[in-house]
Amino acid sequence: MTRLSLSPGIDAPDELYADLLAAHEGLSEAESAALNARLILILANQIGSRELFRAALDAARPR
Amino acid sequence: MQWNLGKVFFGDRKVYEFNLLAETGHRRPAFINLQQYHLEHDMVARLRALQAAGASIDLRGAHRVAGVEAAGDHVALDIDTPEGPYRIEAEWLVACDGAGSPVREALGLGFAGRVFEDNFLIADVTMQAEFPTERWFWFDPPFNPGQSALLHKQPDGVWRIDLQLGRDIDREREKEPGRVRARVRQMLGPDVAFELEWVSIYTFQCRRMERFRHGRVLFAGDAAHQVSPFGARGANSGIQDTDNLAWKLAAVIAGEAPEALLDSYHAERLQAADENILASTRSTDFITPKSAMSRTFRDAVLDLSERCEFARPLVNSGRLSVPTIHDGSALNTPDGLPEGPARSRPGAPCPDAPLEPGFLLDRLGHGFVLMALGMPAPEVPGTAPLAVPAPGDEMRARYLGDAPRALYLIRPDQHVAARWADAAPATIATALSRALGATP
Repeated sequence: MTRLSLSPGIDAPDELYADLLAAHEGLSEAESAALNARLILILANQIGSRELFRAALDAARPR
Repeated sequence: MQWNLGKVFFGDRKVYEFNLLAETGHRRPAFINLQQYHLEHDMVARLRALQAAGASIDLRGAHRVAGVEAAGDHVALDIDTPEGPYRIEAEWLVACDGAGSPVREALGLGFAGRVFEDNFLIADVTMQAEFPTERWFWFDPPFNPGQSALLHKQPDGVWRIDLQLGRDIDREREKEPGRVRARVRQMLGPDVAFELEWVSIYTFQCRRMERFRHGRVLFAGDAAHQVSPFGARGANSGIQDTDNLAWKLAAVIAGEAPEALLDSYHAERLQAADENILASTRSTDFITPKSAMSRTFRDAVLDLSERCEFARPLVNSGRLSVPTIHDGSALNTPDGLPEGPARSRPGAPCPDAPLEPGFLLDRLGHGFVLMALGMPAPEVPGTAPLAVPAPGDEMRARYLGDAPRALYLIRPDQHVAARWADAAPATIATALSRALGATP
């Protein structure tokens, strides 16, 4: 399995971040939550591995 | 009754359909839909046939267990009947007395688990015109907002409708035929003429006992474990309990196995009950989300399922029951064919396959079988040989993989006890002894 990487890996960080915010513009909180949920599922499918996804979940947990 | 095509609806649209595409080379289809009353009728008919053939079976109606006294070497029961009470002693008692088990109550044994608060309405309807034999599942449909609905066909031209009603409902009002008819009309559309046959409201629980064996009392079916109806796990697991228990109890009574063999009934069927409860709880959590975020994810899955194929395996409207693979059972011998197909490893239920003149499973189930593929079957006392010198494609794929030959020791309940690339009779005898609980 590929290990979860927490070092910089996004090729255009400012642009990607702006895309993320733009996608949520004008959405209600419920619509934004739904968009995020769909996005997570699509990204989870891209990751594929349950183990890798769990590592990402762990890294995302509030501490 | 069999179905192959399933359709999933979300809100007012069909998001996708799927075909069960059952694997070929099985005598039985992947799914058979049969009402409980047909099953009960057939079981009684079978009992009567066994009685007629001289079997010592007594079926007594209108009897109620009023007291249970479990001793070391027998069980005594106080029975109430319309003609008065009597007492009966038995060497063994198998309690198959349902989710409310009076035997379990009498022994003061617990039944812990999770109670679900959602109410479901069942309506059986007959249609006046042709209607497709498909399974339709709706999430959040316009005719039942925020809830779910299921439509599937049963034998005798009956369609069963299962409507989620939610938590706080007026049961009597919901059962009124006029109200049910209006709901069903909304569901089927205005042009479908139907007759309402039967209506009922249910809730469900997922619970199980701590132990399925208490000395000489053995619990089976709903008495031992209770699940939601999603996935057909109730009757299936009850029958699997008896498959697992019957040969073990017979071997113990015949003096061919130590009493300890019965502990493996508890261990193996507890594993199965936990698997069923887990699957059933997960379906329930998908069908009736318990929090706002769980609903958000559920709806996101359904929303995506229309145009993204990857989301469809996440849709959980009930996973069909499959028999448990008893990995780690004390009756298993470590895999002597580790490169063989994983689906037929020790502990697994034998997959069916064509075997002249019929199917493999027709040849298994009476005592222990020593199946030899691509080689002669060694003679081992206590096993019946089944030689398959030239296995067909399905037999190869399901039992050999790339191996040229193999030996399988198969239990009376059609689960694999051991398998090898080759084995000496003494090795097989040890595996047999282990499968009978006599060798650790």
